[in-house]
Amino acid sequence: MLNLMFKRKKFSKVWDFPGFLTWTFFFFGFLYIPIVILVIYSFNSSKFAMIWTGFSFRWYEKLLTNDDMQQAALNSLYVAFVAAPCATAIATLTALVVVRGGSFKSKEFSNGLVTLPLMVPEIVTAVATLIFFAFIGINLGLINVMIAHTVFCIPFAYMPIKASLEAMDPTLEVAARDLYSDRNSTFRYITLPLLMPGILSGFMLAFVISIDDFIITLMVAGGGSTTLPVYIYSMIKMGVTPEVNAISTLMLAFSIILVTGYWVFSKKS
Amino acid sequence: MNIQGENKSRNNLIGLLPLWIVMGVFMIGPLIVMAFVSIMESNSYGGIHLKFDLSGYRQILFDTNLFDEMEFNPAYLIIIGRSFLLAVAATIISLIIGFPVAYYISRQKDSVKNILIFLVTIPFWTNLLIRTFAWIIILGKDGVIENSFGFIGIIGDDDSLNLMYTNTAILIGLVYSYIPLMVLPIYSSMEKLDVRLIEAASDLYSTRINLIFKIILPLTLPGIIGGSILVFVPCLGAFIAPDLLGGGKKLLLGSLIQFQFAYARNWPFGAAIAMVLLALIVTILYLNARINRRHEQNA
Repeated sequence: MLNLMFKRKKFSKVWDFPGFLTWTFFFFGFLYIPIVILVIYSFNSSKFAMIWTGFSFRWYEKLLTNDDMQQAALNSLYVAFVAAPCATAIATLTALVVVRGGSFKSKEFSNGLVTLPLMVPEIVTAVATLIFFAFIGINLGLINVMIAHTVFCIPFAYMPIKASLEAMDPTLEVAARDLYSDRNSTFRYITLPLLMPGILSGFMLAFVISIDDFIITLMVAGGGSTTLPVYIYSMIKMGVTPEVNAISTLMLAFSIILVTGYWVFSKKS
Repeated sequence: MNIQGENKSRNNLIGLLPLWIVMGVFMIGPLIVMAFVSIMESNSYGGIHLKFDLSGYRQILFDTNLFDEMEFNPAYLIIIGRSFLLAVAATIISLIIGFPVAYYISRQKDSVKNILIFLVTIPFWTNLLIRTFAWIIILGKDGVIENSFGFIGIIGDDDSLNLMYTNTAILIGLVYSYIPLMVLPIYSSMEKLDVRLIEAASDLYSTRINLIFKIILPLTLPGIIGGSILVFVPCLGAFIAPDLLGGGKKLLLGSLIQFQFAYARNWPFGAAIAMVLLALIVTILYLNARINRRHEQNA
């Protein structure tokens, strides 16, 4: 063991390249400095977004009285709480069949069909869905958005579920069957509980993707069904105000806390 | 056995049916309708007249002048070309930045590796619109860069560097948006890299530059190609970066399509450009699949 460690250390000199550490350091700076600046400026007391005058919570207080924004935030949550479960259910069924269904004719086709929303550029999906809803005359406000989000979220829910099904030890199911458990109870008591972490992470991915989605919602949502990202976009377009920074910071914090919490949780289990 | 087999295929069908219906109706359906709309006559109020007309596609290349004659108009070809060039540039820059990063991360011990990879994926989970907006604060007039330059005294109070609404601004936005998609696949091929090969090359007096270009680069080529495609495809159809950082003057394919539906209300033309974009993407994905297949056959 000690010998191995020693060897590793010696080798690491061969495959270390000078400068890569600095390079990586700058890369993370590039990735995170804009986010940090955005957060800092959300505490700016100045009326002009770009000029720093002092620390204050004034823009967060202003958010509390902004009814339009709160309605948009609620809409985002409604959509995500419908789209994410629907997408997760469809993705789970599909993954079960694709991974466990043996070989059948439409397997490749179904696998490709799931990932279709990832292949087609989002702007194309967005305008195609817009045309489609207008063409067949479905105009149900938020429900249109929910349908579009469900479709778009399916591949994101599918990937972790499929991965955890593939990683699952099939001998446990075989053992259950050997012990005279029938198909249904094997699924209910063995497969499903083992698959639950995968389903949960699929759900979470779908949820975050739905909350964050902007382009599809922008095109599909009608007047009364603005979601938070679309509302933020219209605020940016009207001129950059510090209020945008405040709501953006809250949204960033929401996503990052959710993802970090999940990451810590999944590392522990 | 036979009965069970039939049961299984029936169960498979039931399990796949929701996917087929949802994707068929709400994903493939819209694409077919869009293809249909692109060959219809436009209605100036938005929407279409049900009459076959290729003017949506013709408009990409030709304008009708005052005398009702067709005149070649390169404006949209320029937009397509610029989208393509910017997407290529963003891909190359992402590769140059991302490759050493992926390598560095892959050579760390597991605990450090996990944290670094998590840090690469976080932006992925946060809102792209907000992340791009952050660059307005940095690049914009009186933004962070201009303020700090003014503070040092390089530029005067009323001067502006005019960083926003340029191709460079869009390029920064594109690289910033999609660079995690470059790092992750390269990282996963670096993980599979057999370090003994590096060691052997080094023992045989390979220089460090040769180690990178003759050993590491060829061996991680699948990850590099995968990452490049993952960056290039969304860059080609990007909307947020060109819209926020490029403004109305520097349209790209994505913002041009959106403009046709949101403001110009020329649906067949917008649908036609969307079809062109889709065709470009399908071609690239097809070529990639062919290269992959050839690789597998050779291996």
